[in-house]
Amino acid sequence: MVGITRRAWLATCGLAPLAGGLAAWITNNKGPEQRRGWQTTEPRELVRQRHFPNVELITQEGRKVLYYDDLIKDKKVVLNLMYVKCRGICVPVTANLVRVQKLLREHGRNDIFFYSITLKPEEDTPEALKQYAEAHGVGPGWWFLTGKPADIELIRRRLRFVDLDPVVDADKSSHIGMIRFGNEPMLRWVACPGQANPEHIFKTMLWELT
Amino acid sequence: MHILRFRPNKLAEIARKNRQEIIKARLGRRELFKLGLLTSAGYLATKGGLSARASRSGCQAGDCQPGCSPPITQPFVEPMPIPPVLPERDVNTYQEFVDRPPTDAPNRATNPATGIPFEGRTQTHQFRGQFPPEKFFVTRMGAVPAVSVHPQLPLQTFFWGFNLGGADLVADPPLSPGPTVVTRYGDPVLIRRYNNLPAGPSSGGFGVPEVSTHLHNFHSGPDSDGGPCDPTTGGNTTDPFQQGRFFFRGQYYDYFYTMARAGFDAGHPPGGDVNETLSTLWYHDHRVDHTAENVYKGLAGFHILFSEFDTGDENTGFRLPTFPDFDIPMILTDKLFDPASGQLCFDTFGLDGLVGDTFLVNGKVQPFFDVFKRRYRFRVLDGGPSRFYQLFLTNPDNLNQQIQFHVIANDGNLLPQPIAVTSVLLSVAERFDIIIDFKKIAQQFGASRLWLENRLVQTNGRGPEDELKSAGQGDKLVEFRIGAEVADNSVDPTTNPQFLTLPSAPRSEARITREFRFERRNGQWAINNQFVDCTRARFKVQRNTAEIWVLENSSGGWQHPIHIHLEEFQILTRDYGDPPPLIERSRKDVVRLGRNDRIELFMRFRDFRGIWPMHCHNTIHEDHAMMLLFEVADVGDNKERP
Repeated sequence: MVGITRRAWLATCGLAPLAGGLAAWITNNKGPEQRRGWQTTEPRELVRQRHFPNVELITQEGRKVLYYDDLIKDKKVVLNLMYVKCRGICVPVTANLVRVQKLLREHGRNDIFFYSITLKPEEDTPEALKQYAEAHGVGPGWWFLTGKPADIELIRRRLRFVDLDPVVDADKSSHIGMIRFGNEPMLRWVACPGQANPEHIFKTMLWELT
Repeated sequence: MHILRFRPNKLAEIARKNRQEIIKARLGRRELFKLGLLTSAGYLATKGGLSARASRSGCQAGDCQPGCSPPITQPFVEPMPIPPVLPERDVNTYQEFVDRPPTDAPNRATNPATGIPFEGRTQTHQFRGQFPPEKFFVTRMGAVPAVSVHPQLPLQTFFWGFNLGGADLVADPPLSPGPTVVTRYGDPVLIRRYNNLPAGPSSGGFGVPEVSTHLHNFHSGPDSDGGPCDPTTGGNTTDPFQQGRFFFRGQYYDYFYTMARAGFDAGHPPGGDVNETLSTLWYHDHRVDHTAENVYKGLAGFHILFSEFDTGDENTGFRLPTFPDFDIPMILTDKLFDPASGQLCFDTFGLDGLVGDTFLVNGKVQPFFDVFKRRYRFRVLDGGPSRFYQLFLTNPDNLNQQIQFHVIANDGNLLPQPIAVTSVLLSVAERFDIIIDFKKIAQQFGASRLWLENRLVQTNGRGPEDELKSAGQGDKLVEFRIGAEVADNSVDPTTNPQFLTLPSAPRSEARITREFRFERRNGQWAINNQFVDCTRARFKVQRNTAEIWVLENSSGGWQHPIHIHLEEFQILTRDYGDPPPLIERSRKDVVRLGRNDRIELFMRFRDFRGIWPMHCHNTIHEDHAMMLLFEVADVGDNKERP
């Protein structure tokens, strides 16, 4: 088709051999349909491709980690968004999560990882995040993460922590207060309001992340 | 043809190059149309390697969004299925009930085969002594074996459904939509539902194998309502020894329905107020936090209630078209399919709502349906997950005709009398029973076929646009093909028959008025500034009293179909004080809360004691988590903004 002249294109259109081929390709999928051009992706791979770009992040300890390979794969995780200077939604949500983490640990659940990802990677250095973590009294197994702004943005979009209204979405102070948690190998994911009753969140996590 | 060897993304590359050539060749729009390269909607036809969808950037394996599903270019090639009726079983002889008799108290003995209790239920059936079950049914939830939804898509392997009750899921495979349950007022019912779903991780990466089957919207006790969570039955615990609302693989749950109208223990003994008769219900999963993915995966079906008025025989009662030949349930479900695998897809991280680009009715994409030249009753249900529909009848051979049909029931409640309309607006979980008179339409309009067409534009979960497409430009859900004339003894809706009388709804009877403000705060759904909580009921309603509930939408432009369990309500006012339109002067259980709407509802809470939810029925909003729990108890509280 490349380089064809207008006249030649008009002349060949009536034959539409490609049309026949395309139609045949589309309809010839009965019976052993998986072999006829349909390509299935294994569900865990599908979820990984859709939601977890394997970008490099830095923890509050200054350690470099890969988002999927090191943080998410094979784990039970809790994810939320924040930034150090956030005065609004982050305050109650972080406080709630601290409470939830305590309840989980009291219940013998030390296998759940908490990840807070900064929306202001240009501002929030690992040192600043470490101070924030200490100030809030977070427990072990809770990483505060920063990285390249473009990577953070990609993570945010893939978590679907996006507002449909582009004006609201661009305003970081009105960022989404949902928390997302799940059991990665079991492909079970829940998102609930970060401001919900911590008892409710604790119970949901305790039993969802079995 | 070499093109057959190419993978979809290679095809996309070829398509893009071809389109660029067309642009270079400077073909005018008219020439493109004459060459058959444009559809009537103005899009490049998906042929000649020009698939517009395949060439959309970003459509690769894993993309689950409108515009990425493999295109359906051949609608109306398969007939619309009608789900089979769930067979009744003899409780004395059917093996399942012989081995495990259905007792009032739940069977919480440990099943040696599974190590967890036999039955998921933890509560006894309220009022079962007064209404001992007479009709018994069994159904099992499981994976649907490879099924065709359209010849242009591969056999689907990710669906879940319900079977006809047999223990052998190969001989009696699960179906989606599930079998239709048909019951009558006056014959109390027990349905045993088994969870035979496969263990996770689930096919396609969505669906969880714990379930709670809600009968939407029967007047049910908390033990059989199939709600999401209940603090008195374990809340959202996944410990099978404590959870009493949703149940686990290998368990069953006996759901009991009195088949009495509301009011049987409140002013209208012994069978309830006949004006509280329901007709068209549906059953669907309600597993807390995962309702959207489970219902989307196929766990839904119809439940039809007959009575002395709505008899199922057009020679008796209100003479509505005879079931099953001329009384047809239709569940509308819009879906997305993976561009590379062609399999059903669902993004479990989505928060706004899922709007599909492929339209299924009773489980088939854009089917046709042969009808005789007479009246039919269609029970139309918006099965969600998020889309609003505005349905018209369109004559494909004469698009300008405005074709009337009649609405006879709203949310399964017969209206006082039929209403003639040219379109009907449905939000998720709303039902409209409509009568289409194909004989009159054929005579008056010369039509030989009709499309059930959705003309409402919607692109995301926030709600529909204010825009209607013009006739023929919308989503054609079904093509009715009108055949020969046959006998018709059903009532003609144009003769203004009278159905039921609406129960009174006097403001003076309300014990209290409560206000509920639906808000969106930092992307979280709140009701009166509070969030979902499975650990408590927010307020107490006094049993056998009435209340006025005011629903106010303050969520910044989002529209929500709000649903309340247990009872039907009536809309007193809409839009800040206006009486509702004629079609909504009905008992209802789902109300569309418009963008800046304020709605007053009148509701009685009768007979049962327990905890039920109110929630948005955009199932994605429901899961994230636009829901509260209320309790009905002997003494109510006075919280006006609970």
